[in-house]
Amino acid sequence: METSGYLSNSFDGLHSNDEDDDEMVDIAGATLDFSSSDDVPPLCSGDFDEFSSRRVSMNGHGPSQMVDPLDDPLPGVGTYEDFNTIDWVREKSKDRDRHREITHKSRESTVALLLRISDAFSGWLLMLLVGLMAGALAGGIDIAAHWLTDMKEGVCLNGFWFNHEHCCWTSSEPTFQERDRCPQWQSWAELFSGTSTGALAYSLNYLMYILWALLFSFLAVTLVRAFAPYACGSGIPEIKTILSGFIIRGYLGKWTLITKTITLVLAVSSGLSLGKEGPLVHVACCCANILCHLFTKYRKNEAKRREVLSAAAAVGVSVAFGAPIGGVLFSLEEVSYYFPLKTLWRSFFAALVAAFTLRSINPFGNSRLVLFYVEFHAPWHLVELAPFILLGIFGGLWGALFIRANIAWCRIRKTTRLGHYSVVEVVLVTGLTALLAFPNSYTRMSGSELISELFNDCTLLDSSQLCGYKQLPNISDTGVGNTLGDRPAGEALYTALWQLALALLFKMMITVITFGMKVPSGLFIPSMAIGAIAGRLLGVAMEQLAYYNHDSLIFKGWCSQGADCITPGLYAMVGAAACLGGVTRMTVSLVVIMFELTGGLEYIVPLMAATMTSKWVADAFGREGIYEAHIRLNGYPFLEPKEEFEQSSLAVDVMRPRRADPALATLTQDGMNVGEVEALVESTHYSGFPVVVSQESQRLVGFVLRRDLLISIDNARKRQEGVVSASQVVFTEHTPPLPPEAPPPLRLRGIVDLSPFTVTDHTAMDITVDIFRKLGLRQCLVTHNVRLLGIITKKDILKHMAQISNRDPDSILFN
Amino acid sequence: MKTLFVLEAIFLACFVLLSQVTAKNSEDIRCKCICPPYRDIEGQIYKQNVSLKDCNCLHVVEPMPVDGKDVEAYCLRCECKYEERSSGTIKFTIIMYLSILGLLLFYMVYLTLLEPMLKRRLFGHSQLIQSEDEVGDQQPFANAHNVLSRSHSRPNVLNKVEHAQQRWRRQVQEQRKSVFDRHVVLS
Repeated sequence: METSGYLSNSFDGLHSNDEDDDEMVDIAGATLDFSSSDDVPPLCSGDFDEFSSRRVSMNGHGPSQMVDPLDDPLPGVGTYEDFNTIDWVREKSKDRDRHREITHKSRESTVALLLRISDAFSGWLLMLLVGLMAGALAGGIDIAAHWLTDMKEGVCLNGFWFNHEHCCWTSSEPTFQERDRCPQWQSWAELFSGTSTGALAYSLNYLMYILWALLFSFLAVTLVRAFAPYACGSGIPEIKTILSGFIIRGYLGKWTLITKTITLVLAVSSGLSLGKEGPLVHVACCCANILCHLFTKYRKNEAKRREVLSAAAAVGVSVAFGAPIGGVLFSLEEVSYYFPLKTLWRSFFAALVAAFTLRSINPFGNSRLVLFYVEFHAPWHLVELAPFILLGIFGGLWGALFIRANIAWCRIRKTTRLGHYSVVEVVLVTGLTALLAFPNSYTRMSGSELISELFNDCTLLDSSQLCGYKQLPNISDTGVGNTLGDRPAGEALYTALWQLALALLFKMMITVITFGMKVPSGLFIPSMAIGAIAGRLLGVAMEQLAYYNHDSLIFKGWCSQGADCITPGLYAMVGAAACLGGVTRMTVSLVVIMFELTGGLEYIVPLMAATMTSKWVADAFGREGIYEAHIRLNGYPFLEPKEEFEQSSLAVDVMRPRRADPALATLTQDGMNVGEVEALVESTHYSGFPVVVSQESQRLVGFVLRRDLLISIDNARKRQEGVVSASQVVFTEHTPPLPPEAPPPLRLRGIVDLSPFTVTDHTAMDITVDIFRKLGLRQCLVTHNVRLLGIITKKDILKHMAQISNRDPDSILFN
Repeated sequence: MKTLFVLEAIFLACFVLLSQVTAKNSEDIRCKCICPPYRDIEGQIYKQNVSLKDCNCLHVVEPMPVDGKDVEAYCLRCECKYEERSSGTIKFTIIMYLSILGLLLFYMVYLTLLEPMLKRRLFGHSQLIQSEDEVGDQQPFANAHNVLSRSHSRPNVLNKVEHAQQRWRRQVQEQRKSVFDRHVVLS
């Protein structure tokens, strides 16, 4: 039997060679294709790490008898433990083998040919289904969230399922000044006391608002706690880790999906300072994971499944913002670890399908995808780059501050007694938010409404407080269309300005303690809201400056009196982008999302200027975005693609065993019996063992995983005749001659990986880490003069990196 | 499992189609014209249920507040938008959401309050499962072996459902421990 030859091709995950079978060496028979049809539960043996979740079922109902484990695959072999990393190399080679087998078989009969075609199409069908399901769910979430948010204020007498805007849709009562008043919509004060003004009405409204907010958040947190504790938080840090190869069973399951969808609506409607974009990414990934079970190709292969999950992350952002291209770029930049080029096209397809589905559900009643779709195309001037860069600096400072404060708060929540009172914490924070938010109309409205109002450019058609400029008598007849030149601020605008300033302070402080609570919470909308408020304030200040100083040097050239030179709405947009960029450190995807939101290519330069400035300023304080910071806080085994080694060290410095440690636990290729193997496996915690020719020579044969070993031995004891503790365990191709009365040997060559990756002891750590990143390895063996010396695992590398940057190496929890 | 997904897929398809079909209710279309203040006339909003071709100032703004020669100037400032919505979709979504929420709340109350009470009533049958629940945390596998070997002798649907539910509850318990108590995942 030849050795599997996948070392002959370059394995860079970015250039997938799936279609290029011809260069591969043929692997005869050593495939690990297995026939289990379900998510195989982990094996019940040994002392694993305390956080491996224990499932209660057994391998008792697998397929029956196999004489030689070489020919028939065992169910469970090739699957992974919970909270472990997958082996990318093995998964990719499994997929190549499967593909090659289908291609070869397709030449035999028409049925096989059809099978091959359907296999090729299954990816596209899956993308279509993911887009449909995610789009439908997002539409439902939007409609329900709008309705439930308005429920805090009042109720519609026409039909309780209408929110405020839809209740007054057909009525002709709304006037130009009071656009929300109509008799069908009754606020709670009107319903209970009959009046709508006065102290009694105000306090009744206040009380009902707080009560509804408390009820919603209480329901949200108890549902999360009762049905799916994995549904809390944003989800993006965990999805990033999952996409890099980690396994968290149940994180993308159907109960998590249902719970997250329902509780997201409740959490958003309770007035808390959170958004729904991050959780929508989680929801989309859950949909993709669930739909993967329909297709064998994706169900059985963890690497292929992660391609689908990358596309699903794009779908999530696409339905959240109505920005398909931005979604794909977000998936590429922020969430995915390996992003093959073919995933790009498929992600785009799925994102488009989802956006189209959302549009046809029409949650906003006007065929828009997002609530804050702006349409202005007012030009900007080069001099305005200075305030835009100022906004970028503000965004960067805010980002760095927020990340520090939020991580500190989350750490307090994680380590002290505050963490035991999650339900109480949620209710208290909601109560505080509702109490402080109601008096200020800008914090009372939901985040997206606030952003939409701030992005809006004031024309003659607007009558809101923010557009309360002084009416100059000689201008009203000469304006071009409905756009207006710069005007001095009126009373209403001044009121709006200080209310906005208060809202800014409030939101900055409350978002720090809100993000990370045990309800689904996203970060995009609060950050954008903060940035938009800051931007609008600066924009109005610039506008007034231009109006009162239109003769000064700065404004003379381009801003004459009465012209519309400064658009505060644009400043709000740039501010929103700057703050969001400062917190998440998104670059291209942010700019693309923002200009897909506005439809204006003219604003790319200001957006880029602000985003770049904010990223540079924020990076000066700390290199990590909020999601990487949360990954670090939780100790997930995420090998950062961009982190660099500053010290030069060699592989021998990082490998295990170190000098004081006991020797490496190895298996010999034919010198141990079943009892010895089991004893060795039980006495250690390692997830894999190298197989050597003999203990003296230490020449490497291969690598065998603990899980596969235990499953095979367990199965052999039950099924195979005569396998007892004294049976010889044989990893070679041909059994060595045994005395006649010896029990039959156990042949386990099929589960050994015959081509483990090795480095020599003098390999620099930079190269070793690069190999780990690019190939997605879990472990790498270290040899010296061809003899096995030690092993480096991903956890060792992460611990080493933590030590170098003076962090606690014990914070790396998982394997 | 597969039938569940097929059913889900059909359900979603129906949802999407429903949204297309129910949009053509006459109450669900409107033309909204916003006219800003002009000379001494106040700003005003006009709405009418007209179709797209009639959605302009002349058809919708009634009664016209200005006389013949000013109509054009007035109408130039007005902005008319055609809007469509699907009240059927909204109603369907909200009712579906409330029913799922109600079901989940009921199930939660059942699991936490009613089920232990019911199990205590049916004492004999429950001994196996109750003891499993209590010692479940320490030795999940010892009891699981027992349960499964016993349940294999009675492979009917009810047992399968019960077994699946027990497995799910244990999973949720594990998740709850790691997220809420030990704070190892999801901070």
